[in-house]
Amino acid sequence: MFYRESGDFKTKYVDDNQTFPIKLDRLGYYAIIAIAFLVVPFVINDYWANAVMVPFLILSIAAIGLNILIGYCGQVSLGTGGFMAVGAYACYKLMTSFPEMSIFFCVLISGGITALVGVLFGLPSLRIKGFYLAVATLAAQFFLVWLFNKVPWFYNYSASGQINAPERAVFDFLVTGPNATAASKYLFCLVFVFILAWIARNLTRGRVGRSWMAIRDMDIAAEIIGVNPLKTKLSAFAVSSFFIGIAGALFFSVYLGAVEVGEAFGITQSFLVLFMVIIGGLGSIFGSFAGAAFLVLMPVFLKNVMVGGLGWPTDIAAHLEFVIVGGLIVFFLIVEPHGLAQLWRLAKEKLRLWPFPH
Amino acid sequence: MSADFLYTLEVILNGLMAGVMYSLVALGFVLIYKASGIFNYAQGVMALFAAMTLVGIQTGQVPFSHLINAIFGTEVHHFGWTVPAVFAIILTLGVMILFAFIVERYVLKHLVNQEPIILFMATIGLAYFMEGFGDLMWGADIKTLDVGIPSGASVWLEDATIGWGVEGGGFYGFYIDKLDMVAAVVAIVLVVTLTLFSQYTTTGRALRAVADDHQAALSVGISLRTIWVIVWSIAGFVALVAGVMWGSKSGVQFSLSLIALKALPVLMLGGFTSIPGAIVGGLIIGVGEKLFEFWVGPLIGGATENWFAYMLALLFLVFRPQGLFGEKIIERV
Amino acid sequence: MKSRKLAALAVVATLASSSAIADLVFPSLSYRTGPYAANGIPFADGYADYFTLINQRDGGLGGENLKLLECETGYNTQKGVECYESTKGEGALVYQPLSTGITYQLIPKASADGIPIHSMGYGRTSAANGKVFEHVFNYPVNYWNGASVAINHFLDQGSLDGKTVALVYHNSAYGKEPIRTLQELSKKHGFSLTEIPVDHPGQEQKSQWLQIRRERPDYVIMYGWGVMNQVAIQEAANIRFNMENFMGIWWSGSENDVIPAGAKANGYKALTFHNTGAGYPVFADIQEYVVDKGMAAGAGDQIGTVLYNRGMYAAMLAVEAARTAQEIHGTMAINASQMRDGMEALEITEEKMAALGLAGFGPSFSVSCENHGGPGNAAVQQWDAAAKKWNLITEFTPSDMDVIGALIEEDSAAYAAENSITPRSCS
Repeated sequence: MFYRESGDFKTKYVDDNQTFPIKLDRLGYYAIIAIAFLVVPFVINDYWANAVMVPFLILSIAAIGLNILIGYCGQVSLGTGGFMAVGAYACYKLMTSFPEMSIFFCVLISGGITALVGVLFGLPSLRIKGFYLAVATLAAQFFLVWLFNKVPWFYNYSASGQINAPERAVFDFLVTGPNATAASKYLFCLVFVFILAWIARNLTRGRVGRSWMAIRDMDIAAEIIGVNPLKTKLSAFAVSSFFIGIAGALFFSVYLGAVEVGEAFGITQSFLVLFMVIIGGLGSIFGSFAGAAFLVLMPVFLKNVMVGGLGWPTDIAAHLEFVIVGGLIVFFLIVEPHGLAQLWRLAKEKLRLWPFPH
Repeated sequence: MSADFLYTLEVILNGLMAGVMYSLVALGFVLIYKASGIFNYAQGVMALFAAMTLVGIQTGQVPFSHLINAIFGTEVHHFGWTVPAVFAIILTLGVMILFAFIVERYVLKHLVNQEPIILFMATIGLAYFMEGFGDLMWGADIKTLDVGIPSGASVWLEDATIGWGVEGGGFYGFYIDKLDMVAAVVAIVLVVTLTLFSQYTTTGRALRAVADDHQAALSVGISLRTIWVIVWSIAGFVALVAGVMWGSKSGVQFSLSLIALKALPVLMLGGFTSIPGAIVGGLIIGVGEKLFEFWVGPLIGGATENWFAYMLALLFLVFRPQGLFGEKIIERV
Repeated sequence: MKSRKLAALAVVATLASSSAIADLVFPSLSYRTGPYAANGIPFADGYADYFTLINQRDGGLGGENLKLLECETGYNTQKGVECYESTKGEGALVYQPLSTGITYQLIPKASADGIPIHSMGYGRTSAANGKVFEHVFNYPVNYWNGASVAINHFLDQGSLDGKTVALVYHNSAYGKEPIRTLQELSKKHGFSLTEIPVDHPGQEQKSQWLQIRRERPDYVIMYGWGVMNQVAIQEAANIRFNMENFMGIWWSGSENDVIPAGAKANGYKALTFHNTGAGYPVFADIQEYVVDKGMAAGAGDQIGTVLYNRGMYAAMLAVEAARTAQEIHGTMAINASQMRDGMEALEITEEKMAALGLAGFGPSFSVSCENHGGPGNAAVQQWDAAAKKWNLITEFTPSDMDVIGALIEEDSAAYAAENSITPRSCS
């Protein structure tokens, strides 16, 4: 009824170009931002922050990063876990080497370092394509994990090779370490998510994003019309790795607090983020959020229903969790191969025409 | 001959053997990719599932016993019989064919003409599903798999070669695991059979036709759906072979599904579409990673095999982006 | 999307508020799925069955019902966090994280929340220093003790001077634990140490065992886990390494690890800190009060296996610590910080064990303010493949605390410095 363009007059060219052209969308977006920043921090508790919201936000950043690479630039990567590890270890080294540096900049610089590493491992993408590239990025995954496990400098020569995040504060609010409150952890991550999602959204609809998409759709054609594949592919790797590095840094410092590289940033992490991107929808910022929400919330939700609600044995519940998540992935793909984002788009499309669909 | 040289030879030999084991897993990937363009992530889980089913049937385990006991409060575990290995293998094959049928009926049929990455994702969903389903069906404990394959060092080979080294040079004869020899023979038989099958039988020709061009195959009256069932059944069989070989070594347990990760560099190097490629790729990866671990490993702290296999494959790909034996990627605008 | 989130929120919220706080709550972070499920299942069963036994036989502890909250981690750190957060609000008394990764993760969190952690035979070794790690306990034994007891066992067979010892380890935080200790010990006893890492998961160990075959070390120590154990034992048998000289840590010494290798695994040794088999009076009680009543955890087919016994032993130590806490504080309904005091004052004597129906099952030890690690005594068990049975072949023997004590001091000091903890005084 209200979900349509009519009545929302655009009087400037800028208005025509805005991200949310429909008024209700815009209002909904503002409302979500307002709730996320102004309401949630006051009601969030430890369980919700540590078990649901913080991992959801951090993995959303990683998913956006990977989506830029796969969804916008068409370069399939399975090295996400390794790049997150780069972010985490960079953050750890920065935090312990420069204790007076603000954690905010630690995280940002970690992202930058990861971007450099990402470009390095992105170089083969100029030759290798498709699934071959996906498997090639696994080389980065395994090599980086091995490296962080092997070279004691990265974990400050501790006996077992685990890294621990020391306490750091932003404006006197602790955001890392065990004494950080749920709200401050949540807000710290939310700020990053907000800024990065905003950057991603605007990058992808600008000139850079368009050149990425040109390469994705057909790289030879793009090259012929003057898109430089070297610059385009590597910039996608850089931006993507920057996002993933930040996600890794937050994952280590804010969320887990202590990390063992093989376990936290192993191959399963790479696959998890890839699943998020595909289930959510390739080439969609909203899809990255939706995919992350699906894969973070769904298991927690199922576990709570089956173990907490129905009182089933934990092992049966865990097996069924796999069966259900797997079944749902297949189901969603059959219903809508282009992910949750496409479902959402279709729903909006229908809503626009409602109640007169013809 | 000096001990160092002989040891290098030994490492190469064992690398070849390990390579064969990788190839067994990689073969399943190639079969499905060739026939349907699907990168089947679930291949490793299929191997696990097949091996679990084999052990379950062999020992007369009641499927879903844990679930049944939890729901009905009963105490059933085993039927109380054991099945001879040969029959168990045949029955397991039946299960894998049934599985192929179900996959085609409920998944693939609905995803015709989708992009490769979507199909890839569907197989990931399948892998998740089977992981949980297999554990529910047969339990998550380690099962001992015994179908009568010999294992242990070949004493005969050790005795025959121990004289090659110089006296007191610290050479103890070549070491090769009997299980690996069996695996090599099985792999050769498998590849030869598959090649003969696809060259000389009607179904085999139909498979190749589908692999070459879906549309054209359809137009000459080949049923894509039947072909897919056949291909997935064969892949299920290959998964069973791989599961048996790897499972005899380590017992059948969850980690068996991770052997897929060992097969990926092999695939990449050999090309996704070539059966001989899977074998040659496996051999190169096997020898490469073992030699690297032998020569360079001690200098940089060891445990290099996992990443070196991928680095090696990456190196090859830079020069041949479609893998050694893959079909040339032709791009048109 | 939003509506799903809200639905999840509603369900979780109602679930979280639906438990009573009257019981003594013991969370069990188990893993019955994932790559290490085969090892997680018996431990979780043993842990659960002992609590059931106390409730059924004794009517709880001092009249308080013991409540076990099982939460599936799948050996995954992220799920471990979720489990911790979802159970800590229910009045959890002590955490048994059952994974080195999750332990590291929970050490700062649980310390801040004032909930004790008992990482029995795993986790952060330097947590034995109670001055720095107030809330973390790893009695009766830790990884470094294990390495030293293994070396002592080899020393009993003759001097190690000029011999070589190879360490085959899981290339992770856990596997790397004994390296420092072994390096120190090699200096002290004059043996040379070869480190041989095996990458996760460890299905393919040809290179490693060929190296061992070439270099012929006199002894091999293994710190393995999961599929790595089965493959390593199989490969060791294949190269015909003398099983008498092959020793695993306690996480490489369960039935699961040796049975796949069949008869060839005969003679393989492993460390342990508790006895084996079901020949103790307590097992008759478990049969009577738990199994026969149909209340056994899991499939109920694990009783008497090494890891089942270990889980039961962990539960027994937790119950005894709770009992001690009740005595100290004169209240039956103890809380987490009282539980911590109980753990710190825990004393396990031979008489106590006999009274529990576990005479000679584990070492006697006591915990103190400075020492959260106990004396570090461990025994050696050996596999009898024909009888499919582990047998203890030594007493619970002490480890070289001169070497280990210094290392613990050093590592805990580093942790304290990094996290700005001032060690408390214990006098």
